[in-house]
Amino acid sequence: MEILNLEGTEDTPKIMLDKGNGIFEISGRSLPEDSAEFYRPILDWIERYGESPNPTTEFVFKLEYFNTASSKLILDVLSALEDIKGMKIIWYFHEDDEDMEEAGQEFSELVEIPFEFKTY
Amino acid sequence: MNFIYDLHRTMMSQNLILVYQGEFTQETTKSILAMAERNLDSTGEESTIKRKVFNVMVEALQNIVKHSDELVHDNVHTHTAIFLIGKERGQYSIMAGNPIKKENMPALKKTLEHINSLDKEGLKDLYKEIIKNTTISDKGGAGLGFVDMARKSGQKLLYEFPEMSPDYHFFCLKVIVPRDTEN
Repeated sequence: MEILNLEGTEDTPKIMLDKGNGIFEISGRSLPEDSAEFYRPILDWIERYGESPNPTTEFVFKLEYFNTASSKLILDVLSALEDIKGMKIIWYFHEDDEDMEEAGQEFSELVEIPFEFKTY
Repeated sequence: MNFIYDLHRTMMSQNLILVYQGEFTQETTKSILAMAERNLDSTGEESTIKRKVFNVMVEALQNIVKHSDELVHDNVHTHTAIFLIGKERGQYSIMAGNPIKKENMPALKKTLEHINSLDKEGLKDLYKEIIKNTTISDKGGAGLGFVDMARKSGQKLLYEFPEMSPDYHFFCLKVIVPRDTEN
């Protein structure tokens, strides 16, 4: 499966989706002008991955910030991941970032995937 | 040229640290955010407060980019709005103003009134309801901006709609981010 690797910018997150090396990560800042357009390739990749996933997958979110349009797409990503067996979400937040912690908690309440919370 | 001094004095009396008037695009949004971030960093603002101010700013700026109505007069289209940040001892004020068509006012007022009527739990429930049940609009919005601003600031959204012309009003929004964090 091809690797999806996007460098982070001031308004878009870093994306690393690498089945072979077992790295699945969305990190940085997400405030793209058109979030649906930005996240579409990621959703497409996840759909293809779901056809023959690794036995277990740890999907990492390490976001510093995301706007509300991104939050909708993040939920779409999580909903797509929900259908994949052996899925686990690692949700990072900055030690003193209660809002990011709370966002992770809320997402974990909206989808049926185990969430692990970590600070950085 | 007195207006330059008058404008400066007005900004001082309103404790404004940043004012931008002009075209609002993703690019100008990024520039304004970068300027504000540098300002907050250089004054050594606490990171929780910085983050909340940043959050509210992004939503306010992207609202203008997405939803500000064009002024159309004699076949001339103008797209202009204003964004301001104020800083006082106890709080930051994030403010924005943009034209809206009169016909769009009632729905907007209703949304803002509804959000202001909710407590913390109510806002959380509304957020979850919207995020689960809506799809991204053709403008690229999720319908969550105001709710998010209310949640992050922990304050009521302040707004006014002074009339610009028979067909347009100027939607003024003010969101206060207190500088004391609650524990």
